[in-house]
Amino acid sequence: MSLNGAPPMQPPETHDLSRRDFLVLGTSTVASAAVTSDMPAQEAPAAASTQDAAAPATAKASFQVNGMPCDLELDTRTTLLDALREHLHLTGSKKGCDQGQCGACTVIVNGRRINSCLTLAVMQQGSEVTTIEGLGTPEDMHPLQSAFVKCDGYQCGYCTAGQICSAVAMLDEIKAGIPSHVTEDLTQAPQLTPPELRERMSGNLCRCGAYSNIFDAINEVAGGQA
Amino acid sequence: MKFDTPATTNPIDQLKVVGQPVDRVDGPLKTTGTAPYAYEHPVPDAAYGHVIGAAIAKGRITSMDLAQARAAPGVLAIVTADNAGKLEKGEHNTATLLGGPEIQHYHQAIALVVAETFEQARAAAHLVHVEYERGRGAFDLAAEKGSSIKPKPGIGGEADTAVGDFASAFAEAPVQLDATYTTPDQTHVMMEPHASIAKWDGDRLTVWTSNQMVAWGTKDLAKTLGIPKENVHLMSPYIGGGFGGKLFLRADVLLAALGARAAKRPVKVALQRALMINNTTHRPATIQRIRLGAAKDGRLTAIGHESWSGDLPGGEPETAVSQTRLLYAGANRMTSMRLAVLDLPEGNALRAPGEAPGMMALEIAMDEMAEKLGMDPVEFRLLNDTQVDPEHPKRPFSQRHLVECLRKGADHFGWAKRTARPGRSRKGRWLTGLGVAAAFCNNLLMKSAARVRLDHRGILTVETDMTDIGTGSYTVIAQTAAETMGLPLDKVVVRLGDSRFPVSCGSGGQWGGNNSSSGVYAACIKLRQAIAKKAGIDEDDAVFSDGHVTAGSKRMTLAELAGESGLAAEDQIEYGDLAERYQQSTFGAHFVEVAVDAFTGETHVRRMLAVCAAGRILNPKTARSQVIGAMTMGVGAALMEGLHVDKRRGFFVNHDLASYEVPVHADIPHQEVIFLDETDPVSSPLKAKGVGELGICGAAAAVANAIYNASGVRVRDYPVTLDKFIDRLPEAA
Amino acid sequence: MKAFTYERAASPAEAAAAATRRPGAKFVAGGTNLLDLMKLEIETPVHLIDVNGLGLDKIEPTAEGGLRIGALVRNTDLAADERVRRDYGVLSRALMAGASGQLRNMATTGGNLLQRTRCPYFYDTNQPCNKRVPGSGCGAIDGFNRQHAILGVSEACIATHPSDMAVALRVLDATVETIRADGERRTIPIADFHRLPGDTPHIETVLRPGELITAVTLPPPVGGTQLYHKVRDRSSYAFALVSVAAIVQSDGSGRVALGGVAHKPWRVEAAEAELPHGAAAVAKKLLEGAKPTQENAFKLKLVERTLAAVLAEAKGARL
Repeated sequence: MSLNGAPPMQPPETHDLSRRDFLVLGTSTVASAAVTSDMPAQEAPAAASTQDAAAPATAKASFQVNGMPCDLELDTRTTLLDALREHLHLTGSKKGCDQGQCGACTVIVNGRRINSCLTLAVMQQGSEVTTIEGLGTPEDMHPLQSAFVKCDGYQCGYCTAGQICSAVAMLDEIKAGIPSHVTEDLTQAPQLTPPELRERMSGNLCRCGAYSNIFDAINEVAGGQA
Repeated sequence: MKFDTPATTNPIDQLKVVGQPVDRVDGPLKTTGTAPYAYEHPVPDAAYGHVIGAAIAKGRITSMDLAQARAAPGVLAIVTADNAGKLEKGEHNTATLLGGPEIQHYHQAIALVVAETFEQARAAAHLVHVEYERGRGAFDLAAEKGSSIKPKPGIGGEADTAVGDFASAFAEAPVQLDATYTTPDQTHVMMEPHASIAKWDGDRLTVWTSNQMVAWGTKDLAKTLGIPKENVHLMSPYIGGGFGGKLFLRADVLLAALGARAAKRPVKVALQRALMINNTTHRPATIQRIRLGAAKDGRLTAIGHESWSGDLPGGEPETAVSQTRLLYAGANRMTSMRLAVLDLPEGNALRAPGEAPGMMALEIAMDEMAEKLGMDPVEFRLLNDTQVDPEHPKRPFSQRHLVECLRKGADHFGWAKRTARPGRSRKGRWLTGLGVAAAFCNNLLMKSAARVRLDHRGILTVETDMTDIGTGSYTVIAQTAAETMGLPLDKVVVRLGDSRFPVSCGSGGQWGGNNSSSGVYAACIKLRQAIAKKAGIDEDDAVFSDGHVTAGSKRMTLAELAGESGLAAEDQIEYGDLAERYQQSTFGAHFVEVAVDAFTGETHVRRMLAVCAAGRILNPKTARSQVIGAMTMGVGAALMEGLHVDKRRGFFVNHDLASYEVPVHADIPHQEVIFLDETDPVSSPLKAKGVGELGICGAAAAVANAIYNASGVRVRDYPVTLDKFIDRLPEAA
Repeated sequence: MKAFTYERAASPAEAAAAATRRPGAKFVAGGTNLLDLMKLEIETPVHLIDVNGLGLDKIEPTAEGGLRIGALVRNTDLAADERVRRDYGVLSRALMAGASGQLRNMATTGGNLLQRTRCPYFYDTNQPCNKRVPGSGCGAIDGFNRQHAILGVSEACIATHPSDMAVALRVLDATVETIRADGERRTIPIADFHRLPGDTPHIETVLRPGELITAVTLPPPVGGTQLYHKVRDRSSYAFALVSVAAIVQSDGSGRVALGGVAHKPWRVEAAEAELPHGAAAVAKKLLEGAKPTQENAFKLKLVERTLAAVLAEAKGARL
């Protein structure tokens, strides 16, 4: 199983998940919850007696991820981000802060970009979720993914999935006429100017400081209007 | 390969692959979310650990009640100093990574709660009840300055240096500057938190982690656990940023290992974001006094730089005076570092330690001095250039093109259009101004090893424990190997970040690219010898090109020579005394245009240019990225970054990504970088030097100087936030 | 995060009833603040009532000529609404000055009003905080307080309310509509909605347990030049040091409210009479009774200068 320094030219071993796997994974979560209720008797009362240590509540969550239906039974506390990463093994979406302060976990839900760390998986009943894995693969990249490579729009790569998902939805937001903080005339349709693009991408931090190149990558795909 | 005489012509000089702006070879993985970072390796049956940090800065744990947490659903184990067994301290650690009963700093880890799920571990951690006895600590650098001591000579050299007679020369100088600057505590906040997975097989430990220095991490993990180094297998193939914050063993790895031992399961641990800043290391704050004396013609006659910083007992100073020993000419000079004991979290390296905060101060001082002299700040710097180490005038710089950087930058940026008198350029709401600063960062040489293996398909696999922290190591190593072996880039596979691979220089101190590639070059040269021997040709006649080796009329493919068994070689680069005979440094010039809101003092950077002279640029695309990233961090340092110390309770208050502000997209304009065409045969066979830290050195000062030029308000206390000058801003309306 | 049970409510009345049935329950809509606080166990609901399915996501004209904004209208949709952009520009601008594109897609109108302070001592559960643990003390008053309130502060708390939207609503004289489990509906003027800290800083609004916000209503448009100037340390994705929401009429009269200075949006109607006399005069009245700390005293000057910027911009727009 170990990935002893995956060679850079080929994708490392990844989970190839079918819908069936999703169901199995979901079930295994329930199983682990059940195990915990079989705690040794002398320790169980503390758990039962206080609200603090109440056994985790679970709930069903069914949504689509990258076009694939997922039916999970999850601890209600599971965020969408952790459902993706820890239960569906889609680790492309990153946990940078788990507080909605960095944007590394950005995914597209029902066409809109959101921070997947600040929503519960059970709240996404019926949603259509698109993650970085749904945009393209190393062999068949989305135009924005290719542009990020060409323009070197990343360094460490940890914010990259969030930047790309954010950019995909951001371009749609401009098309939809949604204004921004830097839109001068609110009564006009916003244009893809450099300040617009930079303001709209500001929910995605890049500590490596690849902003100038990320701008170039998005601008290239958007048709160079900015 | 011992590198002890300056390089002559060698295979790298072909520049068919090296020096080309090729895309990163790991790009398709990083942009599709398929590059596995530490927490993401598929390790079956892994449990989850949640770290508990100390709630006080200094003192003792008097009681720790684990009963409720132990009884919580899913909990498998709780690790504390009480039950972890005897632990040593890593060679590179100042404070222990698992505290208790003694607490050395806020958020020092005191426990790991391991549970079946992440949610269960996090919830159970809240059920651990800890009582403390608070101790008295020292948390205020300014207050402790008086009790600071002269530190032992360390990585930054002697604490005190002196040449000539500074005191007299300064006293006699017709033009003087005596100013004090402060830089705040800063934090790395790389996007990927410190994270690890640990797994035991008997007494053998495997960890997947995020660490810049694989050999240091392996050694210190073994030392801390008291097990043989050979029993630790550490892997760090992808790293979501480090900037010095992942140079050392940190609590995530140690606690994952202890948690896995206690739970008898593999355990995953990521430091919670809000814990990271006080739990790990940071760049210490400094107080810097700079005195400059000059003749009326602008020649510096006296240069004095003193710096005070603090650290935990046993820690080291922030070496903020180091560049001042080398950057400008001047016959009479002194530098001095003093170290106070502070009970804040551990101070340590952050991108360009010493030089980054040192240049923040020195390059404002140079701007102020130029103004006192009535000189253009570019001309002032040109006038005071030196081609020799000013403390040792017989020791030349290997290459030094600061003058060319400044001239080229001034020309390219339109510096001549700058209004010298500050606060005179206003367009509507905006006061605009230009600023300049020199860039300077030393080039460090480190041993670095690699092995290369050629297989029957003609594919070359490079293995070294080098890391890629976003710097482009995978790519420049592939380029180096391809160039040396005469192979196309797609016939090279690079495997990094594994303690089973030969020990490299690792990533730090902007030494990674030059040294690790040189180590790969050394291994490839050895492989060329083996190939020539097998081909029966003279090594000196052999030409490696297009996957073939040719000598006279003899031409064979590398694939056939490798044969079924393949051919392998291992070597390292090590250095003679060239670094003693020559001062090796990198140089540059930063130019910045800012607009300051005449009403509110909000500052926006409008244009940025860096001109760099840093030896051969192995890949202009990834090198440019290093520089723009460093410039961005420089903007952060200038305008917003600073940890705020609660001086009563002894912790960094703004310990998350909302309150420790770093630049966002909207703060950063298009950034331009020009690399001078420099090769440095003294530095390495590749004739390259570091560039990853050069870009931050001076960048913040250029912004601060531009703010002064725009507004007429000088701020010597970083970051230059509007609260520090709003009362001095001219009337706007 | 403590374990909790979860249900999706189908109607406002059902949601309110569910909240009454389960002491310790909370409503969740966008979740952008609540989940963050739950992870830290600053909020510890035992039961979450997901109100996203209540259908309160419409913006409709009122009989009076104003707009009724459903409590679940996302910040993005409210800012982008054509009527809001045309007639209530200050609201659209305030919304767009807040958070990030991702967060605005999640955050709701009702939730935005109920977001809690960003005081770092409130967030750090090792530190004293009267808002988080009544009676535990305040870490900020003698700690790091550069961002904190200068107006309406108490001995117990100097936290600010972080919302930008609420500052615009204050200047627009919006009202908040709620429903309770017994079906009782009420309308609360925005001026009365948030409380000053006093000695009970943990009680932040006048909402009663189980009371659910259903809508925010805007009165008919008042015209004028509508501006929102948010001053912060970085250009985007940051909380305000100071913000000014303003509606300035062509005769120089108007309304202003401040953000980033108090436990609630700060508006002093008497100060607005000074608008024709310039920023200094307005600031003087607005800042009457201010009690800054050493670290946040700069906000006094910053308020005046931001007001001057806004008035200059309004003047420019009128020319």
